[in-house]
Amino acid sequence: MSAVVATGVGRVFGPAGGAGGTVALSDVDLTVAAGELVSLIGPSGCGKSTLLRLVADLDTPTSGSLTVFGKTPARARADQDYGIAFQQAGLLPWRSVQANVELPLQLHGASRAERAARAAELLALVGLTDFAGHRPDQLSGGMQQRVAIARALARWPRLLLMDEPFGALDEMTRERLQDELLKIRAETGAAVVFVTHSIPEAVYLSDRVVVMTPRPGRVVADLEIALGSPAERAARGIALREDPAFFERVSTVREALHAGEAGLPARDRGAAGAPDRAGR
Amino acid sequence: MSRPTSRALPRGVPAGLAGVLALAAAWEAYKALLPDDGWVLGDTRILPRTTDVAMPHLWDMVARAAEPLTSAADAEPLWLATLRGAGSTLGVAAVGWLTGVTVGLLVAVLMARFLPARAGLLPWVVLSQTVPLIAIAPLVKRWGSRLEIGALDWQDWMSVAVIASYLAFFPVAVGALRGFTSPDHASTDVHLELFRAYGVGWWATFWRLRVPASVPFLLPALRLAAANAVVGTVVAEVSTGLRGGLGRMIVEFGASASADPAKQWSPIAGAALVGLAATGVVALLGAGLRRYQTGEEAR
Ligand SMILES: Nc1ncnc2c1ncn2[C@@H]1O[C@H](COP(=O)(O)OP(=O)(O)OP(=O)(O)O)[C@@H](O)[C@H]1O
Ligand SMILES: [Mg+2]
Repeated sequence: MSAVVATGVGRVFGPAGGAGGTVALSDVDLTVAAGELVSLIGPSGCGKSTLLRLVADLDTPTSGSLTVFGKTPARARADQDYGIAFQQAGLLPWRSVQANVELPLQLHGASRAERAARAAELLALVGLTDFAGHRPDQLSGGMQQRVAIARALARWPRLLLMDEPFGALDEMTRERLQDELLKIRAETGAAVVFVTHSIPEAVYLSDRVVVMTPRPGRVVADLEIALGSPAERAARGIALREDPAFFERVSTVREALHAGEAGLPARDRGAAGAPDRAGR
Repeated sequence: MSRPTSRALPRGVPAGLAGVLALAAAWEAYKALLPDDGWVLGDTRILPRTTDVAMPHLWDMVARAAEPLTSAADAEPLWLATLRGAGSTLGVAAVGWLTGVTVGLLVAVLMARFLPARAGLLPWVVLSQTVPLIAIAPLVKRWGSRLEIGALDWQDWMSVAVIASYLAFFPVAVGALRGFTSPDHASTDVHLELFRAYGVGWWATFWRLRVPASVPFLLPALRLAAANAVVGTVVAEVSTGLRGGLGRMIVEFGASASADPAKQWSPIAGAALVGLAATGVVALLGAGLRRYQTGEEAR
């Protein structure tokens, strides 16, 4: 069963009915298969976060239909089918690293022993076993983000939603976390929807890259990457990043992004030009 | 860990002592430098008299405290009577503080939980504080004496505690409300989004997020409430004439001030001690909650 199926999804902010509202998303079709890693890429304001929030049932579409594992997003959220991570780690500063990872388990009534066991497992997975007792403000940004990912995985989600989780990190840390995410992905088999601004990041991580454009936010390209399974990619690491096949995919995505962009200013210029001329 | 361990004395103690010494020095300097009659401009006295009746020397106050309370043969020393009075006042203030904190927290939870309640209650909370305390104190006492709650026999000190709690609940209600709603006002609402994503209800979010996040706002409110409870207790003791506490002592000794001017300064110093003790207890509470006080903003 597909992890996410969006059909003709739209989201208009502002007055219902449209007049004067912001069209954040318009007629978006997207399918994410179970276990698939899909990146959403596009310029700022094209509705990537909005789309992710719709899948997470943190917001509701104004048109179209959306299912998560064949259920309504609300049902999927209630069933805790997904884990989520944002650009800010969003750790609770008064809790230790371990207690932060345990939070979703605690909220859903897991026993102390269960929680501790799962937290130990997850901290090992993200390489932070030695930091279990630390406070979040004693960790670097990259470490905090790893804790946030561990927390998102706490309840064995089949779907991981990530909104620019590495956006605030330096390039080195970023690449290391990308490798870790591939490893995690290989171990958990969860589907991942990954929002990013970085073309190489999208290509390196993804089975598919979905390119979006703004005003209104739409999908303009859906590119198969096919650089091997997550485990294979993680194993190749730097070698893959320097592989000509990798660069070729990067170019493809870049061209798709610019083609999408190019379609827009042309229309924008026409629209903006008319009143301009009329004004003179 | 390489963090420096906290010293035996809290950081405020040396500064506080310095402040007390400066005040004592100012008192004596003022007495020494200004004429007995203070400063009179036309018919108005703009600076108070400095006679030994109006402003006794500090050492006279200390000496007086060591002497017996009255000329009766078995009278206890004044300082002991003052301490006894301070204990009584502190006890009543503590009951008033606890009651006020409880009510304040309940009001804040109500306002945080039900948005319309916030709009509806807040003006009343603010309005409640404009009622003049001295005016209502005798009323509360009278109402209280008519109360019969099961086996509970209403005591006068309870009326005083009620008045103290009336002053204490206000900062708590306002501070706790700000604290509970601080996740809504954070620069980003990641925390609230997360709790939504976990699919848990309002109360789970309240206990696990809003309450811990409120601590940095709550502690100053609790300190203010402690000070208010002490002031409220002393004032209510004065205006209801409750026996045993410092308020009554200040009034009684003040009445005989011309004959024994240093005497009334003992209960006044006692009131300051009670205030210190009350805020000290809240400071201890704050030390216990230290981990909730770092980085209140979303990380
Ligand atoms: N709550 C909201 N109310 C009104 N407009 C909104 C709201 N959220 C998003 N928008 C608008 O919807 C559009 C898409 O926003 P969104 O945050 O999804 O973009 P994005 O692709 O995630 O951008 P970025 O790359 O900068 O994160 C923007 O024009 C934004 O102004
Ligand atoms: Mg975004």
